Amino acid sequence: MKKLILGTTILALSAGFAIAGGHSVVRMGTEGAYPPYNYIDDKGEVAGFERELGDELCARAELTCEWVTNDWDSIIPNLVSGNYDTIIAGMSITDERKEKIDFTTNYTQPDPSAYLAMSEGVDVANGVIAAQASTIQASYIAQSGATLIEFATPEETIAAVRNGEADAVLADRAYLEPIAAEGGDLVMLEQNVLIGGGVGMGIRKSDTELRDKFTAAIESMKADGTLNALIAKHGIGEPF
Amino acid sequence: MFDFCTNPDTLGDFQWMLCYLTTGKHMGLYISFGTVLLLLAITAPTALLFGFGGAVAARSRFFVISVFGRGYISVVRGVPDIAFFLFFVIALDQGLEFIRHKIKCPDWTDAIWQGNDFVVCQAAKLPLGTSPQWIHEVYGFALAVLTFAIVFGAFAANVLYGAMTAVPKAQIETAAAYGMSRRQTFWRIIVPQMWVYALPGLGNLWMVLIKATPLLFLLGIEDIVYWARELGGTKTSRFTDYPHGDWRMWYFLMLLVFYLGFTKLSELVLDRVMARLTFGQATAGGEAQRKANA
Repeated sequence: MKKLILGTTILALSAGFAIAGGHSVVRMGTEGAYPPYNYIDDKGEVAGFERELGDELCARAELTCEWVTNDWDSIIPNLVSGNYDTIIAGMSITDERKEKIDFTTNYTQPDPSAYLAMSEGVDVANGVIAAQASTIQASYIAQSGATLIEFATPEETIAAVRNGEADAVLADRAYLEPIAAEGGDLVMLEQNVLIGGGVGMGIRKSDTELRDKFTAAIESMKADGTLNALIAKHGIGEPF
Repeated sequence: MFDFCTNPDTLGDFQWMLCYLTTGKHMGLYISFGTVLLLLAITAPTALLFGFGGAVAARSRFFVISVFGRGYISVVRGVPDIAFFLFFVIALDQGLEFIRHKIKCPDWTDAIWQGNDFVVCQAAKLPLGTSPQWIHEVYGFALAVLTFAIVFGAFAANVLYGAMTAVPKAQIETAAAYGMSRRQTFWRIIVPQMWVYALPGLGNLWMVLIKATPLLFLLGIEDIVYWARELGGTKTSRFTDYPHGDWRMWYFLMLLVFYLGFTKLSELVLDRVMARLTFGQATAGGEAQRKANA
């Protein structure tokens, strides 16, 4: 019997699937500082759109999941070295990131990014624009004519506009909307910038089995409309 | 926490503040103070042990051990802390997993390094993927302690090495004249007397160690600076019952008070230890103490 199990295991391995073995607990890595996608609530727990989405996906894929937070800067290196198994942190699918990790199918539409500034008349084409480091917005500004200043956390990009260090901040519209609604002194510019290929879960390249499970779960949520309901509930953007 | 906290919008300033400061999130902050203090309490003696070992090794008559000791002191002191923290911890973690992988999964045929990925079998994972979050945290904490101990141990080794050499030669010669062996001289003459020379340097190291604790966040441990940044950031009413503006300044001010207070306390303790160690020593301090008491 033991030999049989061993034999099938080796067969399974050499066949190329189940490379990482069965995941008994899937560790979900997120940033916890990017509402409404993910943030830490008053109880000190991960909450937001991706928390609800992730829990539902784990239920559908019949996985036990656990949430961990990690700095945005080192979120990809820590996935690759195996500290957690997925990135679910509002990460847009880009070709550059695809060189390092795999993505599931996207669970949001390409989300329009927007500028938030102190006044309407800001010259976003040539001014100083703040963005979070290693984001699609940061690389977009770097390629445009504007001057880019990068910050480690989304919070600091907003603070930079408030204290005049930057003329405007470029970020996902869904992140900026609640701040513009509350802020009083900050205004959202009309103009939208369309970048990125939608948000997906990042998964190690070697972990194809897990990627396929989550992709299947996302597809099933897309099909029965529950994903659209979540998107609408959290104000993430366009439905599918 | 309190019953009246269910609807914070209606509360007066004082009660609002009371509810705000007792949210689950703030508990995370308070616990992280404990984490930092615990880290210091464990790391300081461990680093001292590493330092003692390093200094003894560097003084050794055996060439290989001496080179190892001196190599440890110079290499670790020369590498920037932050590089050490980013590189060494990942290397150590992967090294341990690599060894476990070789032992536990000898039948594994796939490459361990696949492009960017580091893939070992589930049984070799450290900690196991199935273990609860607190084990992951304890493991991270242990790695942090070890890394801090190695880094600060190298500095401590240098200080202790100097202190051992600073013990007056006449003392050692007298010990030899009494017929003590090298080992006896070391434990009975050098070690008891070296602390008075080592303490100023070790005290400095302790102060630096206190301020180095925010490096913890690099290792994924949520320390006080992380919580201060997270709690102080602007909170909009959609995502919390306690919306507020950018309060990071206040949180960092609190950290400043904490660190300054802790430094002051350390200074007081170090002064007392110094007075105690100086007692009866053949140093200028010991002489001054003797005259004051006479």
